Amino acid sequence: MKRRSRTMDRAKASCWTKRAREGRWWMTVIPLYGFTILFVALPILYLIVLSFLTRAQTWGVVNQLTLENYARIVKPVYLNTFKESFQLAILTTITTLAVGYPFGYFMARLPKKRKTMMMLLVVIPFWTSALMRMYGWIIIFRSNGILDKLLMWLGVTEKPLKLLYSYPAVLVGMIYSLLPFMILSVYSSTDKMDWSLVEAARDLGATRLEAFLTVTVKMTLPGILSGIVLVFIPSMGLFFIADILGGGKVMLVGNLIQNQLQSGRDWPFAAALSVMLMIFTSIMIWLYRRLSGVKDLEGLL
Amino acid sequence: MKKKRLRFASIYQAALLLLMYLPIVVVVVYSFHASKSTIRWQGWSLDWYRKLAGNRGLLEALKNSLILAGLSSGAAGVIGTLGAVGMARVSWRSKGAVEYISTLPIMIPEIILGMVFMAFFAAVGLPFGMVTLVLGHTSFCIPYVFMMVKSSLVGLDKSLGEAAKDLGASEIRVFFDITLPLIMPAVLSGMLLAFAMSLDDVVISIFVTGARTNTLPIRIYTQLKSGVTPEINALCTIMLAVTFVMVGLSRMLGKKAPIN
Repeated sequence: MKRRSRTMDRAKASCWTKRAREGRWWMTVIPLYGFTILFVALPILYLIVLSFLTRAQTWGVVNQLTLENYARIVKPVYLNTFKESFQLAILTTITTLAVGYPFGYFMARLPKKRKTMMMLLVVIPFWTSALMRMYGWIIIFRSNGILDKLLMWLGVTEKPLKLLYSYPAVLVGMIYSLLPFMILSVYSSTDKMDWSLVEAARDLGATRLEAFLTVTVKMTLPGILSGIVLVFIPSMGLFFIADILGGGKVMLVGNLIQNQLQSGRDWPFAAALSVMLMIFTSIMIWLYRRLSGVKDLEGLL
Repeated sequence: MKKKRLRFASIYQAALLLLMYLPIVVVVVYSFHASKSTIRWQGWSLDWYRKLAGNRGLLEALKNSLILAGLSSGAAGVIGTLGAVGMARVSWRSKGAVEYISTLPIMIPEIILGMVFMAFFAAVGLPFGMVTLVLGHTSFCIPYVFMMVKSSLVGLDKSLGEAAKDLGASEIRVFFDITLPLIMPAVLSGMLLAFAMSLDDVVISIFVTGARTNTLPIRIYTQLKSGVTPEINALCTIMLAVTFVMVGLSRMLGKKAPIN
């Protein structure tokens, strides 16, 4: 990391002093600049503008500025969705941290060869179609499905549990989809850790638990925080999981936005909801940077 | 003591991996199931694969998805690679901001990106269909290529290019003869990743597709909400095999990239 920043500094310095060397390289960044400005920055700006416009009586938007859309968010119906979505997101985040931290931690302690193997094993389900995995859960949770059969065979329950289309099913789907983010984040910061510090703490008389709590947790904090951000943010938007596994019983902010767009036809309100979610996302990323002192999210790629 | 801890770690990891693969295995196994019902097992068969071969709608969606993923990862390959190479040499003030904005599509929740594109394309008056799909997908494909190439450039030996230049090669020749071959593994690895992401995307596609253009994930999504036939299992299994090959290739190429 340090070496990298030094090379960057050197590269920067040589850029400034030898401007001539840049030559015509600027031409190569034009497509990126063009695309980014036209198809990323501009659309996002438009969304912000849209959130202040008025909805037309029948269809479309009227160019009349208003704060109505933001005022509507505070209505109990919508505020409740935000609250529920937050609760689910927090529950998802806590569970993925509890389940994923040990996994990432153990993974970093494996011998090098098995480490790459394990990494691949974690990443593969992640690259398979999210829908396919959700479909797998449908087959498992379905009434009289695999889980019911197993539980009845074990004698745990007498009747099918009707787990599909319920809150727990959505929670499992969310945890399952987002767990790899947490594992990889924790892994990448544990992997970089200087183990001699733990040894030093142990030599100074700390118990294993004390050393873990005071040294390891602190050193892997960037990974933990990055995992929290990477899990928490999507867990408010993954409307299709709530749709497929929750059968309309669980509403996320994402579902609210999608409903407004596709059936409600109230685009300005959907835009306002999106802007709120975007502001929230930015705050989380900003907080992450402040707390961890790292610029890029750990283990993103 | 140490052995006991190690054993706990292995059991824990194995159990969690088992859970991670369970839904995938279930889908694959039922794609070979003789009956439509998932309640009682009724023997193996290849019926669903045969039925799939005759399902026009699904195959059409698959074709659309492949075209879409090919076009967007291709466009992202060009834009992302040139951008990353150029950004390393240009010293504009706006550099940081543009780089930040260009990675936004994989940072903000997908649903917001979908909404952003839907509203924007509607306002601009672009007809929803393949064009809007490609534009939307390219936006989130670029960061994958860009980030991969950028990190491979950091480890690149600058003196090679300088030597070639001292020997009289033009900048364009330096790029095509020296830089590009060196970063090619990273480019391909980023593009494959982008391809896989595009092939799998539901959320953004749902928002920017037209009434007549179906991609595979959209079709699967609508079927999952209504009623599913095991043809979907068969298709998912084939897609899984494709993804395996793609990820394998991407990893192999990524390893060759001069990152370390």
